[in-house]
Amino acid sequence: MHYIGRISLFVCLILFAIAGFATPGINMPVGVSPISKQIYDLHMACFWICCVIGTLTFGVLFYSLFKFRKSKGAKAAHFHQHIGIEILWTVIPFLILVGLAIPATIVLKKIHNTDESALTVKVTGYQWKWKYEYLDQGVSFFSTLATNQDQINNKTPKNEWFLLEVDKPMVIPVKTKVKILVTADDVIHAWWVPELGVKQDGIPGFINENWIYAEHPGIYRGQCGELCGMNHGFMPIVVEAVSQEDFKQWVQNHQSASAVDNTNSYKTFTREELVTLGKVEYEKSCAMCHQNTGEGVPPTFPALKRSRVVTGPATANIKFVSQGVPGTAMQAFGDQLDDKTLAVIITYTRQAWGNDKLTEKHKQSIVVQPIDVKNARLSKK
Amino acid sequence: MSEAIVHTHDDAHHHDDHHGPEKGFKRWLFTTNHKDIGTLYLTFSLIMLFIGGIMALIIRVELFEPGKVIVNPEFFNQMTTMHGLIMVFGVIMPAMAGLANWMIPMMIGAPDMALPRLNNWSFWLLPFAFTMLMSTQLMSGPAPDFGWTFYAPLSTLYGPKSTDFFIFSIHMMGASSIMAALNIVVTIFNMRAPGMTWFKLPMFVWSWLVTAFLLLAVMPVLAGCVTMMLMDRHFHTSFFNAAGGGDPLLFQHVFWFFGHPEVYILILPGFGVMSEIIPTFARKTLFGYHAMVYATVLIAIVGFLVWMHHMFTTGAPYSAQLYFMYATMLVAVPTGIKVFNWVATLFKGSITFETPMLFALGFLVMFTIGGFSGLMLSLVPADYQYRDSYFVVAHFHYVLVSGSLFTIIAAVYFWLPKWTGRMYSERLGHLHFWLSVIGMNLAFLPMHFLGLAGMPRRIPDYPLQYTDFNQWCTVGAFIFGFAQLIFLYIIIKSCFSKSKPDVSDRVWEDAKGLEWTIPSPAPYHTFETAPIIK
Repeated sequence: MHYIGRISLFVCLILFAIAGFATPGINMPVGVSPISKQIYDLHMACFWICCVIGTLTFGVLFYSLFKFRKSKGAKAAHFHQHIGIEILWTVIPFLILVGLAIPATIVLKKIHNTDESALTVKVTGYQWKWKYEYLDQGVSFFSTLATNQDQINNKTPKNEWFLLEVDKPMVIPVKTKVKILVTADDVIHAWWVPELGVKQDGIPGFINENWIYAEHPGIYRGQCGELCGMNHGFMPIVVEAVSQEDFKQWVQNHQSASAVDNTNSYKTFTREELVTLGKVEYEKSCAMCHQNTGEGVPPTFPALKRSRVVTGPATANIKFVSQGVPGTAMQAFGDQLDDKTLAVIITYTRQAWGNDKLTEKHKQSIVVQPIDVKNARLSKK
Repeated sequence: MSEAIVHTHDDAHHHDDHHGPEKGFKRWLFTTNHKDIGTLYLTFSLIMLFIGGIMALIIRVELFEPGKVIVNPEFFNQMTTMHGLIMVFGVIMPAMAGLANWMIPMMIGAPDMALPRLNNWSFWLLPFAFTMLMSTQLMSGPAPDFGWTFYAPLSTLYGPKSTDFFIFSIHMMGASSIMAALNIVVTIFNMRAPGMTWFKLPMFVWSWLVTAFLLLAVMPVLAGCVTMMLMDRHFHTSFFNAAGGGDPLLFQHVFWFFGHPEVYILILPGFGVMSEIIPTFARKTLFGYHAMVYATVLIAIVGFLVWMHHMFTTGAPYSAQLYFMYATMLVAVPTGIKVFNWVATLFKGSITFETPMLFALGFLVMFTIGGFSGLMLSLVPADYQYRDSYFVVAHFHYVLVSGSLFTIIAAVYFWLPKWTGRMYSERLGHLHFWLSVIGMNLAFLPMHFLGLAGMPRRIPDYPLQYTDFNQWCTVGAFIFGFAQLIFLYIIIKSCFSKSKPDVSDRVWEDAKGLEWTIPSPAPYHTFETAPIIK
């Protein structure tokens, strides 16, 4: 009799699985796009078909395990083949598969149809951030993790959207077919937002097309879907769907904001201003590798604390940061950050963690102004 | 078929003592005996199981809570990479090769493998390959940290320096597998006892024959793949570098052309084991033997034609996605035939539940669940949501842990009395089984939900809403890990106990096949005179 307990454990596990799939929040999200809804329907259809096949197969299995036990005096029969039933359980599964393949083929065709999109956004994966370029609007920006290192290191309480929040979300208008062109700058990434029903690999040298559509305004979150190095888990995607008017406004704000950025290149800031701003920008763009403590993760991510570059001549330091180091994870940040941001970050690193003493000892200036960065860039050309 | 086998010679009584093994370490280093080499493979696999298992537990501890727990993301990636490589190449494949070495000659009535010295070499490459692979953990700079799939350009342009050691060790493992496979093919073709025709071969032998052909076909592809990596890293080629005119996707095509048949390499010998164990404890002939053979061959052939289903989100064109979706769905047909045949074997049998049978039944149920999630994954639109999420992790652990690993454990319980002459404790065996089943399901079932809810695989840290399920997974993983210590104890006790052999030649009441006609424990040399099969 004690086998009944054990076998009922199996049954419980299966019921638990079914219950899991049927509970909202732990199943695939239905999502907010026509594609995500059709994917959900396909997923559930396949799931229920599997449940039916599973129930029948396991039903016969468990019936046999109960009924034909030696301990109950069961004597083994002698049959070992039956052409009819063997053909039957070849043909029936085949027909079920055909039944599944038809809707899958139809949905897939819709996924591939990127025609008649009203907006095109190029999405580029970087280690470890996303770049969004609105090709017709001239809007372009990087989107990085907004969760700070202290939360990751359990020093401060975690936000509701821990690891799912970014500094600048991708903004799209609702009820608009948005074509996305996905690529990558360094290694392979995958742009994945479950509620939009899209996962598309970004591969260096390739541009992959797909499209997204949000039926309702809202914030939809996702994460990078392809292992892309150390901080693969720290490059979330946030898509904010807004009304058409809000989207237009957002585009305009962005265009005027980039004009302000240009004038910032000619402003002079005090050391305190640079350092305060620099700490924020450093934690956003640099701390994932070089850490808040500046100690890095040697040898892949060297320490900035007591670093010869950081405490050496300012021009060399600027060049290092803006041009990167080919073949390493140190990217050319000159392509990603504006003059002011680079200046504040460099100033911050030159004075933080006791670097200020070393820098002064080397008779180098701690402060780097945006104009220094601009000049360094110009002299490069 | 197996019941038609008639045993004519009991040659255990004929052989002389001076044909016995050498003493000390020389026995193991220089052995050409298929049983010794089988033991070496199995021992190696068991050691690697615990090393790979500890890595899995490190992963699970890190994922117990959001935020950093014990390791930094870089080390976490090294653990996922090494865990995958060790479990695939260091545990499942050597264990299957060990079972092949022990059992194939005894099942086909051969005195040994066809190429005994090659056999020695193919084993002894492995400890060196894995020592080199694992030594990367001790090098300055990160160990390989790009996942067991080592996609370019993460592993080429961006790979750590230790990648070269990884490449060389993959080459050695590949050479080892090719030689082992070659040996198995030659043995099965040439050394069957008189009267052992193709359709009298035990299913385990059939499955291994098909697997060996798969190995011969795809291991060179893997070798080519890592060689191209090496060239890209050091000789300025650009096979996988887009900036040099190469193609990062080429890597994935080459890798998965190896990688997909590889998953059948991992599971087909297990299917063979199941087809030996289930009939034995159902006391009934395997249902549909011919269909089983054809299904195995069909799975292997179709297995070559579906590799791109691992790449559905890479921007594959519509037509390619359709073809690979249909071909992948087709795999469900022969796999279904196998499952239905096993169930039909149980139907109207006379069933008992010894430990090998329990693991076989656990396999049957949970492998089928893994098959279902595989069918779901084959649907391209849905795959856009599943790909590279924990759903995939759940899927392949269901087919590899409760699939391959359970079949290996079942095989060990099934044949251990034949190998050592001592019966294990059924009570401990049952405990091992139930803890394994509970641990395994607790560890991997919630991963389905995590993946569907949007958790990507290979992340060292996760958003808060995934916490509960991850904690279940970690608890399950520890239960599963603990259960394997019982397994270790059972094996050690059975091998090193001083008690007298206590099992009959046949061991199991209804065991069929040549291996059960020789004494327990199996003498060092068996079938020096071939038995004649009627």
